[in-house]
Amino acid sequence: MQPFTTLTAVAAPLPEANIDTDKIIPSRFLKTIKRSGLGANLFDPLRYQDGVERPDFVLNREPYRHAGILIAHENFGCGSSREHAPWALLDFGIRCVIAPSFADIFHSNCFKNGILPIRLPREICDQLMQDATQGANSRLTIDLQRQVVVRPDGQEIGFEVDALRRHRLLEGLDDIGQTLQHGDAIDGYERERSASQSWMPAIAVS
Amino acid sequence: MSGQATAPRTLFDKIWQSHVVERLEDGTAILYIDRHLVHEVTSPQAFEGLRMSGRQVRRPDATIAVADHNVPTSDRNKPIEEPESRLQIETLERNVAEFGVPYFPLLSARQGIVHIVGPEQGISLPGMTIVCGDSHTSTHGALGALAFGIGTSEVEHVLATQTLLQKPARNMLVRVEGALAPGVTAKDVMLAIIGTIGTAGGTGHVIEYAGSAIRSLDMAGRMTICNMSIEAGARAGLVAPDETTFAYVEGRPFAPKGEAFAQAVEYWRTLPSDSGAHYDRVVELRAGDISPLVTWGTSPEDVVAITGVVPDPASAPDEARRAQLQRMLDYMGLSAGQRMTDVAVDTVFIGSCTNGRIEDMRAAAHVASGRRVAPGVRAMVVPGSGIVKQQAEAEGLDRIFRDAGFEWREAGCSMCLGMNPDKLTPGQRCASTSNRNFEGRQGPGGRTHLLSPAMAAAAAVTGRLTDVRELV
Repeated sequence: MQPFTTLTAVAAPLPEANIDTDKIIPSRFLKTIKRSGLGANLFDPLRYQDGVERPDFVLNREPYRHAGILIAHENFGCGSSREHAPWALLDFGIRCVIAPSFADIFHSNCFKNGILPIRLPREICDQLMQDATQGANSRLTIDLQRQVVVRPDGQEIGFEVDALRRHRLLEGLDDIGQTLQHGDAIDGYERERSASQSWMPAIAVS
Repeated sequence: MSGQATAPRTLFDKIWQSHVVERLEDGTAILYIDRHLVHEVTSPQAFEGLRMSGRQVRRPDATIAVADHNVPTSDRNKPIEEPESRLQIETLERNVAEFGVPYFPLLSARQGIVHIVGPEQGISLPGMTIVCGDSHTSTHGALGALAFGIGTSEVEHVLATQTLLQKPARNMLVRVEGALAPGVTAKDVMLAIIGTIGTAGGTGHVIEYAGSAIRSLDMAGRMTICNMSIEAGARAGLVAPDETTFAYVEGRPFAPKGEAFAQAVEYWRTLPSDSGAHYDRVVELRAGDISPLVTWGTSPEDVVAITGVVPDPASAPDEARRAQLQRMLDYMGLSAGQRMTDVAVDTVFIGSCTNGRIEDMRAAAHVASGRRVAPGVRAMVVPGSGIVKQQAEAEGLDRIFRDAGFEWREAGCSMCLGMNPDKLTPGQRCASTSNRNFEGRQGPGGRTHLLSPAMAAAAAVTGRLTDVRELV
């Protein structure tokens, strides 16, 4: 996973609440066995009409075609658990989403892919949304080390992030490799459980 | 009295604590997973990840795979026409063979929607931690298991380590007391709950459903409730295991047998929340206040009684909400004040992990019996599994449906999400027993009204959204 340290990028405003993962990437694009290539269909129902770009959609306009940050309203990423949603964002080039709240599974999926989801109060999101409407000047800087968002005028806004997730994002560490370092504890747990819950059936299909 | 006083714990606390392998520095737990359900859409990249890092599946005997999202619900003996769907299913079959994962093949009666199959086969049991790369994994919480959806990176993590990295959720109690009125089902109860707390109302929480109305539900009804926990934003839903649960589990193919079953029940009886256990949030509903409901908008919280009308954006509290309501009405092709019973439908979908169990088939057949699908309406019934289909056919339900003009199809996710050929075309309007009415969910431009199986059957025979109480 690519580490996330600091990011300076164009921020795209998407002032809508309850953006579900079907809207981020509809189910008909989930028939892939790869992680890459989904960016072309990111926000497909908002971005295209009959296969043609909708000129009024933010990511179809300059400079937002090159956005690296997305700012939205409440409950971003609700609905389906599809990790294709963060894959599509990443493939498009978005590495940070700022919103007042996120759905749990989407929030977790972001961290697994080097995307930083930042929760900030609605009024701050609205201020950043205002910054993001300044065209070429709509660039924000995200400094994960210092846990601040830097606005175009230099003002800094602090944000919270889980210590463990922050560490792994900064270092680009892969969760599985880290968990496997606790292999002895997992072995021990399994031994204890197979003794105390010997009724637990095994699955085998003949 | 034991010498050690422990604080009263919730059902969630008990399952959580008994599965913590290790606590990491910031409170994140390495949580042990008892059952991992795998399907074709969210697993290919996870198996590919294992392959690239030279890792194995740690516990194939705690894992089960089945294809459900993409599978055609027409003739199973024909090859799958859609090349990408075929590739995803073939990829799953290659992966389960390579990694030794137990699998229910497409032509097996045991194939079906993963959340129907798990409980049906006795693979999902009380007190377990159960995960799947699908948000509706919350369904299995009806057994008193901690069951939740995960992303594909986490699927790979569970395959490799049989654990997940998780922080504990907060506890939420939703209590529904009283008796349900005639014509009111578990689906209506859950739509009422989502309408009350909203689609983000359960975020960060695990919801335990309790109260006499929940206790009196059969397992199918409890599964419908827990299934849609994610539509209330919750990570999982739970119902405390009781005699109804044990009777449901006993004798299922993968459930413990004989003495082992007795030992298991003894353990399961310790799971219900202790009296005085702390909940971070409590919500109470009166069952008697709930009537048959339908959704009018594009979020599952947009519910209204079937006897009600489409809401007026002008009555919204602020401009943003007003604009949002208007956008939804435009998408749905509805106008403010329109009576829900005046809304004509052209498609009816009965099935999904929400309402694809035998009890749902019976409820719909009861309404369909002796009636005809209205002219111009396409009505499809998709059993949740091959076993549900067999049982329905043994009871003659397929005959009732076919005689009434419904299509009787093979098991799968089907039109719930339109990954297979069963989908809406732009502007089509569907009365659906599924779980999401998002824009485009059942096909681009499609319009979805969520409702119970009986209400769906009623809509099929009248050609419009209908109060089922007028037909039974």
